[in-house]
Amino acid sequence: MSHSQATDKLMVELRDLNKWYGEFHVLKNINLEVRQGEKIVICGPSGSGKSTMIRCINHLEEHQKGDIIVNDIPLNEDIKNIEAIRKEVGMVFQHFNLFPHLTVLENCVLAPIWVKKMPRKEAEARAMELLERVKIPDQALKYPGQLSGGQQQRVAIARSLCMNPDVMLFDEPTSALDPEMIKEVLDVMIELANEGMTMLCVTHEMGFAKTVADRVIFMDGGQIVEENEPHEFFNNPQHERTQLFLSQILAH
Amino acid sequence: MKYEIQPTLPPPSSMIGVVGWLRKNLFNGPVNSIATIVVGYFLISFLVPTIQWIFIDSDWVGTSRDACTSGGACWVFISNRLDQFLYGFYPEAEHWRPQLAFIILMGSIAWLVMPQTPRKGLVATLLLVVYPIIAYFLLYGNAFGLNQVETHLWGGLTLTLVLAVVGIVASLPLGILLALGRQSDMPIVKSVCVTFIEIWRGVPLITVLFMASVMLPLFFPEGMSFDKLLRALIGITLFQSAYMAEVIRGGLQAIPKGQYEAADALGLGYWQKMILIIMPQALKLMIPGIVNTFIALFKDTSLVLIIGLFDVLAIGQAANQDPDWIGYSTESYLFVALLFWVFCFSMSRYSQQLEKKLHTGHGNR
Ligand SMILES: Nc1ncnc2c1ncn2[C@@H]1O[C@H](COP(=O)(O)OP(=O)(O)OP(=O)(O)O)[C@@H](O)[C@H]1O
Ligand SMILES: [Mg+2]
Repeated sequence: MSHSQATDKLMVELRDLNKWYGEFHVLKNINLEVRQGEKIVICGPSGSGKSTMIRCINHLEEHQKGDIIVNDIPLNEDIKNIEAIRKEVGMVFQHFNLFPHLTVLENCVLAPIWVKKMPRKEAEARAMELLERVKIPDQALKYPGQLSGGQQQRVAIARSLCMNPDVMLFDEPTSALDPEMIKEVLDVMIELANEGMTMLCVTHEMGFAKTVADRVIFMDGGQIVEENEPHEFFNNPQHERTQLFLSQILAH
Repeated sequence: MKYEIQPTLPPPSSMIGVVGWLRKNLFNGPVNSIATIVVGYFLISFLVPTIQWIFIDSDWVGTSRDACTSGGACWVFISNRLDQFLYGFYPEAEHWRPQLAFIILMGSIAWLVMPQTPRKGLVATLLLVVYPIIAYFLLYGNAFGLNQVETHLWGGLTLTLVLAVVGIVASLPLGILLALGRQSDMPIVKSVCVTFIEIWRGVPLITVLFMASVMLPLFFPEGMSFDKLLRALIGITLFQSAYMAEVIRGGLQAIPKGQYEAADALGLGYWQKMILIIMPQALKLMIPGIVNTFIALFKDTSLVLIIGLFDVLAIGQAANQDPDWIGYSTESYLFVALLFWVFCFSMSRYSQQLEKKLHTGHGNR
């Protein structure tokens, strides 16, 4: 179990977050505080609102009620704030979402150059450094379509890191991968966690949760049902629904 | 057990040679054989006299219809009027101007089409930004010591190309803007774009041209004349941009949502997202549709003859009325058709080549 690297600074705050899709109440009074350096793992059954919740944090989804504050910036209609938050929040998707018409390197330098106005040379140097860290510097000039799923996901992680985010969001980063590729992606994520990144991670990789998470959050029906540090969460789940969920996923 | 080394044998004779090919492709089975014979019969009975008429029994040199004595096509008619077919009533002493404009255009296009040439981006930008200015002054004049040539003198292939090139160059960006507007979250922008697109798509181009030439002047103050060619250009461009917008919308819809989300999550602004991520992928998918629209536009330019502009087809029709050359309209229509076909076919081939190139470039998707 990792020693918590969390500081006292609040990085992400969700206060009474509510969201509806039309009539459908997807997120119900979500309250969550994530401190700098903290690693949160979010799990729960399909359709429980996990993706929706973390996608609200960088405004890929709009919330209707409640407050979201990222690194002291309130997320509201002000496009300036949305842009500012997106610069500080990196996101890794289930299906990688690399840009297929650009090489791996171009994928990585695009946002630093256009959003941060970083000189190309500097952006490329930084991108190569990060591709080195995710162990695929030799693929820099290939196109995403020429890489394996595991490699693509590592590129996606490097691409997000190129923006030097303060927070990383992961939405089931390994669930579209073949089993033999899951480990290479998890290794990169564990390394990132050990370096002190603030992470919110939707995943059902319970090994990962046990190794790096400071807290595990269980969601069901659009609510946070249970929240605990990993040892307690897995060994002593309080809520009946958590117990059922854990017995189902651990049965595999 | 022991295996013998097998000798390499030639394929059976039924597979090789002309006979093999014929048997495999044209005469494999009774239905196919009958079809081959029937189609072959019609082809031969149509093609032989046509070829004879066009090439063998035809007259190519001369200065008047007296030269046409062989009973086949009278190409003398075309060659005598070639200048008109190409330049309309553009003054003969100034023919070098459309020629030069044409050569620059074709030169730059060839530069872009050829696979090995460097600096394609620069050439494309020059072609889109600088060339229209050069072409305008070359054709219209009234500057740099060039005589003014009024647009009502422009005609023939020159005019057809002016209409097509301006229409193509202007309708693509306009179509992109309309398509983006149609997808917009802003209700006013969206409804303006939808209304615009649906109105233009709902009327025939002929009506548009009539309105441009008859109605538009009513909205302008007395005495202010507004060039007829310019009016036609505006009509054609707006009309085609509505079609272009729909083609582009189709391409945009084919881009997975994840691409938009990844661009958003990285903090790219709307225009950065569209220009850097979405459009390059969408345009690739849209090439066949865009080129189809270009081809349709190219052919539609011939409709301007109804508002009294002399494009290459109108020149052909005018030539048919010439009392000295009565009876040779087949030749002029064939010639005009050939001109249109050459341009449209080239566009179609180029789009196929481009598509192939873009598809092999980047692995998946
Ligand atoms: N765009 C949408 N419009 C309407 N309903 C939606 C939309 N997106 C998601 N939902 C619904 O919201 C609920 C929560 O979806 P969400 O994707 O957040 O679940 P999840 O916990 O991430 O599930 P999974 O494990 O399957 O990814 C689901 O019932 C889903 O059907
Ligand atoms: Mg999900």
